[in-house]
Amino acid sequence: MMALVDMVVAALLVVSGFFGLVGSIGLVKLPDTMTRLHAPTKATTLGVGGVLLASMLAYGFRGQPWGHELLISVFLLITAPVSALFIAKSVIHRSLSPRDLPPTGRPAGWATFERDAESGAAQPTGALQQRE
Amino acid sequence: MSRVLPHPGLTLLLAAVWCALVGSLSANSVLFGVMLGVVIPAVVRPFWPETLVVRSFPRAAGYALLVLWDIAVSNVVVARIVLFLPRSALRPAWVTVPLDLTNAEAITVLAGTITMTPGTVTADVSADGRALLIHCLHAPDPDSVRDDIKSRYEARLKEFME
Repeated sequence: MMALVDMVVAALLVVSGFFGLVGSIGLVKLPDTMTRLHAPTKATTLGVGGVLLASMLAYGFRGQPWGHELLISVFLLITAPVSALFIAKSVIHRSLSPRDLPPTGRPAGWATFERDAESGAAQPTGALQQRE
Repeated sequence: MSRVLPHPGLTLLLAAVWCALVGSLSANSVLFGVMLGVVIPAVVRPFWPETLVVRSFPRAAGYALLVLWDIAVSNVVVARIVLFLPRSALRPAWVTVPLDLTNAEAITVLAGTITMTPGTVTADVSADGRALLIHCLHAPDPDSVRDDIKSRYEARLKEFME
């Protein structure tokens, strides 16, 4: 039984090492910031997630605590999209203009540019703004 | 009750997370966890005036499993694009996804889901909160990406969070 668990743990470690490597290759190989953003948000999630799952199995089956790994996984899943969104927003701010983006299909523009629009642009009227 | 504890679920969650972080269920850590669970929701309340409503927990759990599976699949998809697709064949695209969801928490979950799943990152939201801006790593057919997101994730979220 223990040997089987160890084999699964070893396989998980190899898989996560592979995906961590792919994430790093993606950072180097992809052409611009927005496409580079895809590599770490996906590939690295499985890379780190696999190590954490392996750690949970290895310690769980030896009767030792494994709760911290679960927490790390959850925090990782929650924080990765938030940091990706912030990087994307700063890319839009620094190197894109509203013309580079598709239309919203709404009277209002994209939130990142809306603050800069002083006249002419649609006034934000939706639910998200009313809360501020 | 709701004046003291604006988000009862968040209070319980914070207390549980604290105990898990400390790694013990002693009276000391439970008490401090409950304290955090009372103080933090009160402090963040101005940013989060409404209570999160999850109508069906089995459906929410089903959604979580679906997303975890899609994350695993998306890793393989992105890995293949990174390793085998030549740069000249890469077709990055911006896609606008109009939203049927109106609840801010549900939109947040959808935006997070999109970032974690195949080749898409949520980049922005329209100022009126009714459309998401998505960046696709490789999308020869951007319309199908939008339709996938709407049918696979948004429709499910609408069932248990609106």
